[in-house]
Amino acid sequence: MESAAPLFRMEGISKRYGGVRALEKADLSIRAGAIHAILGENGAGKSTLIKVMAGVVAPDEGQMTLDGRAVEFASPAAANDAGIVCVFQELSLIPELSVADNIIISNPPTRFGMIDRKAQRRLAEEALARAGAADIHPLALVKDLPLSRRQMVEIAKALARKPRILILDEATSALTAADVSKVFAVLKRLRSEGLALLYISHRMNEIAELADDCTVFRNGSKVASYPAGSKSDEEVIEMMIGREYHNVYPPKPDRRPHATPVLEVRDLSWADRLHDISFSLHAGEIVGLGGLDGQGQRDLLLALFGVLRGLRGTVLVDGKPVDIGSPAQAREQGIGMALIPEDRKTEGLMLPMTVRDNLSFAALDRLTRGGIIDSAREDDFIDRMMTLLAIKAGSLDAPVGALSGGNQQKVVIAKWLMRQPRIILLNDPTRGIDVGTKQEIYLLLRRLADEGAAILFYSTDYAELIGCCDRVLVLYDGAVKRELAGAEITEHALIASALNIGSGETVQQGAAL
Amino acid sequence: MKDWQYRLAEHRGTLTALFIFVVMFVIYTANHPAGFTANVVQTAANKGVLLAFVAMAQTLVVITAGIDLSIGMIFLLTNCLASWLVVGTPLETAFGVVVVLAVGALCGAINGAIVIYGRLQPIVATIATGAVYFGIALLLRPFPGGSVNENLADALTGRMFGSVPASLVALAAVVLLVWVPFSRSVYGRAAYAAGSSETAAYMSGMPIRRGKFLAYTLAGFVAAIGGLFLTFFTYTGDAAYASGNAYTLFSIAAVVLGGVSLFGGKGSAIGAVFGALAFRTIGDLLFVFDLDPLWQPLFQGLILLVAVSLGAFALFRVRNRLEWFL
Repeated sequence: MESAAPLFRMEGISKRYGGVRALEKADLSIRAGAIHAILGENGAGKSTLIKVMAGVVAPDEGQMTLDGRAVEFASPAAANDAGIVCVFQELSLIPELSVADNIIISNPPTRFGMIDRKAQRRLAEEALARAGAADIHPLALVKDLPLSRRQMVEIAKALARKPRILILDEATSALTAADVSKVFAVLKRLRSEGLALLYISHRMNEIAELADDCTVFRNGSKVASYPAGSKSDEEVIEMMIGREYHNVYPPKPDRRPHATPVLEVRDLSWADRLHDISFSLHAGEIVGLGGLDGQGQRDLLLALFGVLRGLRGTVLVDGKPVDIGSPAQAREQGIGMALIPEDRKTEGLMLPMTVRDNLSFAALDRLTRGGIIDSAREDDFIDRMMTLLAIKAGSLDAPVGALSGGNQQKVVIAKWLMRQPRIILLNDPTRGIDVGTKQEIYLLLRRLADEGAAILFYSTDYAELIGCCDRVLVLYDGAVKRELAGAEITEHALIASALNIGSGETVQQGAAL
Repeated sequence: MKDWQYRLAEHRGTLTALFIFVVMFVIYTANHPAGFTANVVQTAANKGVLLAFVAMAQTLVVITAGIDLSIGMIFLLTNCLASWLVVGTPLETAFGVVVVLAVGALCGAINGAIVIYGRLQPIVATIATGAVYFGIALLLRPFPGGSVNENLADALTGRMFGSVPASLVALAAVVLLVWVPFSRSVYGRAAYAAGSSETAAYMSGMPIRRGKFLAYTLAGFVAAIGGLFLTFFTYTGDAAYASGNAYTLFSIAAVVLGGVSLFGGKGSAIGAVFGALAFRTIGDLLFVFDLDPLWQPLFQGLILLVAVSLGAFALFRVRNRLEWFL
């Protein structure tokens, strides 16, 4: 791949968010007329890399060259002008506008200052046809289209901008198999037309089919670039492994003999996002949810917590089937479930309200007498939580938004512990908090389990799953692909099963399969 | 689906508002002692267009996912200003009209600048500016009074070609010359896009700020046209606080009746115009059925409740309950 002069080159790109480094002296070079695949596990820096390329974030240091000339992009529009167009994973379509409006959005044809709707329609139809999505009506509203069609519109929109470099970030994740083959045909045609394509996918078979060059990232840096097909899956996994690993986890107790599981799930399905998920969760156990980001882990937690409608399958608590219709029901006495949400700022806390109020919200029914909050009782509960979690707050009456991220997360957890839940669901609880607080949370989880709670723990950080969990369910495409227990939980096994490739070991399939 | 089905779906809100208005208006004229005559239509038109202009102005802001609570006060302020300036020779009158419209646009632009560049919430910002605009109106007209060029006023509130109310023609002209070009321009689309999903619009490199700013400015401009017409109907300027507030609130009701989403990104000023006309007809209906005027607010409220409930059915289809709160 060093033979042709690169079309685009990044050198020594670094980017930090707060104290967290997302990219560290990252390099990449891509050539015209080729498809370049980027591989790496969660948090390896892939997303930040393409955001830098697409002008969404500015790098702290490093330089980029296009056609041998140094370039800098102040905004997505600037990158577009230079011919770099990105199909983002989070869709950038405007829901209330039509497909044609969206495709032509950045540069519509005008006549007398007004958008020429006939010309727009024609351009949109061309772009849809180029993307292999001629079946989508240009007048349909984007919000009425299913996710897979929206993704095709997103690709058509990118093509309408006549890019020289097209970045596809998980662009096929929501597509049906038929669409994927159409998109592949389109991508191969674009490659033959001389475009440079940057392809990010977690699906190894797609990369094997499409890519000419591959680059593996780890911890924000490039590990290696190599021509596609020159490394085995096994070697690729080896390159992706190697996160720094500290022994900050409490020891795991020996597994106890199992009584009836506290929570049992049989063949749970929802829309086209969850497929026949079955597992059981016992008291005293921490079960992890693994897999690449966005494979249905969040949907599963929301489904259990009564947020999703139209579920199929059975959920049993203490061996009895239950029908949980809302978070209010999920936290009821007989079930005793708590969900520590992913986004504490929107789903966990009322930021402008006080620490005291936030701690009491989920447990108000237990703190009241005749509908009035019993402040002595409230103080008593809150004192216990503040000590248990060592929350550092200037005052209980300070707004919770003024606390540090780690302490905010402790408040979210404490708020649910006020109810003494038996089943605790955690959605990536350590994202964006400092190492010290993370360690406290690991200790707390183990302690809660020892006291008899059953814990279901989703984390995007494999090290956490390895360090904390007794068992790990690996999800792929909304289904449990593999269950790992005890010593089987290794980074190698987690990555291999997250990518859905057999790794030579005996694959113990999940109960659902 | 065929093209026409998509177009129908796109205009469903507007067509529903048109339908509601036509049904009410037919009931109204059928029961009116004089029946469907040019006089009855003219009176109804003159009552309706004021709210129609204000509702059109409100729509411009609402599609950006904002709201303009000062719109009724811009309407009053321009009314008071017109009662000073739109007088005298044709040239002086024309100058007066231009100044009044410019002041309206300026009021809207100030709102826009505060909301967009000052990043204040539209509700708070426009409550404050609304109070300021009312204060100026009050200084201009501490007591009702003033006058207007009566030739112009009579021409624009009378009938054209013997039977067509001139005020309706003026309304249609504003729709064609202000709303249609705006909604089809790049800035208009940016305003819609910002209302629907501001992040997606930003990521797509759209001129969000200029689109929203233009929407706020045009809102002030259209409200000023309403203010002019108020002067033409009443021949006076009157800084009546209750009236300004009522127009603000009714404009929001008319916008919702007209199928414009208060969450932004969806709807048309034409729908809001029919919403306004329908809203006015509710009041007239009570008159022909000889109901006590005391019942009017209650009746208007009930009809509005039914109309806006129609929009809530989509919530039953939501599969992830968290989407209820988006």
